[in-house]
Amino acid sequence: MASMRDIKRRKSSIQGTQQITKAMKLVSTVKLQRARASAERSKGYFTCMYDTVNSILQRVGHIDHKYLASGASSKKAVIVITANRGLAGGYNSNVIKLVTRHPEWRKEDLEIYCLGTKGRDAFVRGGYFVRECDAEVVESPLYKDAAALCDRLLTSFAEGEIGEIYLAYTNFKNTVSHIPTLLQLLPVETPEAEYTEKETSAIMNFEPEDSEALDMLIPKYMTSLIYGALRESVASENGARMQAMDNATSNAEEIISDLTLKYNRARQGSITQELTEIIAGAEALG
Amino acid sequence: MADKNEFLLRIITPDRVFYENRVDMVEFNTTEGEIGVLPGHIPMTVIVKPGILHISEPEDEKKAALHSGFAEILPEGVTILAEIIEWPGEIDEDRAKSARERAEKRLSGKAPNTDIAKAETALQRALARIEVLK
Repeated sequence: MASMRDIKRRKSSIQGTQQITKAMKLVSTVKLQRARASAERSKGYFTCMYDTVNSILQRVGHIDHKYLASGASSKKAVIVITANRGLAGGYNSNVIKLVTRHPEWRKEDLEIYCLGTKGRDAFVRGGYFVRECDAEVVESPLYKDAAALCDRLLTSFAEGEIGEIYLAYTNFKNTVSHIPTLLQLLPVETPEAEYTEKETSAIMNFEPEDSEALDMLIPKYMTSLIYGALRESVASENGARMQAMDNATSNAEEIISDLTLKYNRARQGSITQELTEIIAGAEALG
Repeated sequence: MADKNEFLLRIITPDRVFYENRVDMVEFNTTEGEIGVLPGHIPMTVIVKPGILHISEPEDEKKAALHSGFAEILPEGVTILAEIIEWPGEIDEDRAKSARERAEKRLSGKAPNTDIAKAETALQRALARIEVLK
């Protein structure tokens, strides 16, 4: 049986850990609330953007447009949004797995754009080609940053360096459920035209022409997707961390109560032993 | 149904709902020139160019500097998805002025690698900001 001193030391170290996990849980709860509020505030913009672009694409059908067809290159750019820090349960590894375990992708075809250092570390370790890494943007997502990234991607797409663009992020469904999601950004997937002709009998006009409008709308659309994904991922990160820390705290609680029991038993054991020794000594003398 | 001479104007940015109200008329600058939208406009999608956004409310007039985005116009309402838009109170006048000077200098200077389109947009933005403050 472990000595009393050992048990005591172990118990106090776990208590220290528990304090840390408790504090981290509180911090991420607050951060989650903030991230969630901002994700919800910006949701209106994305829904509207998505609806508009979709309705345009449905209407124009399968026209020949540079953003609607794969580029000549077999290279794929993948934007991966992870956290800068760990201790968030499976949050980081789930997103990374989306890319590394993709059945059809080969390592040499991929160019990774990392947002968040955890992703970069994992991909560099795995021998992937990491083209860019930005850690700051995950801390406080700015629309400007998303636009700049989108701009760079579109330039390499236009120059034929990459043929397809994907986005891997974590969708924030609610506080307890976060879904790692892989999204194809370019070529834009044309939604299957639902020619239900519901209330939209009014025909939308474009100024300028369809294809010119698409030229300008699709970059904005991509930017808004990236930005939205960033916001959702940040909310998910904090949600995942909150959950992980909550689990850690209750695990620590369990271990502490177990150790307390062991400690008391050890103490009782040592008292009993001492008593037996005294009695035995007294008897021997008597 | 509300007054026929009004329609719903919504201006949404990536971070917030900038404006949402019933208005008489809205005017702004597009790639095809300035337009003014009254209730009952035909459905149209236009791309925004930097300029001033005039909102005519039934009792009041409002101005804002609108820089980029696009607008979806429907007979019963207008939705502007603005990437950048500011009320006059949010604009830093000195910054706008120095931005104008910088852009002008870049346009008039004949440095070979100047990004003309970029400088022009910057100039337009600065001008819109200054104009709104007047």
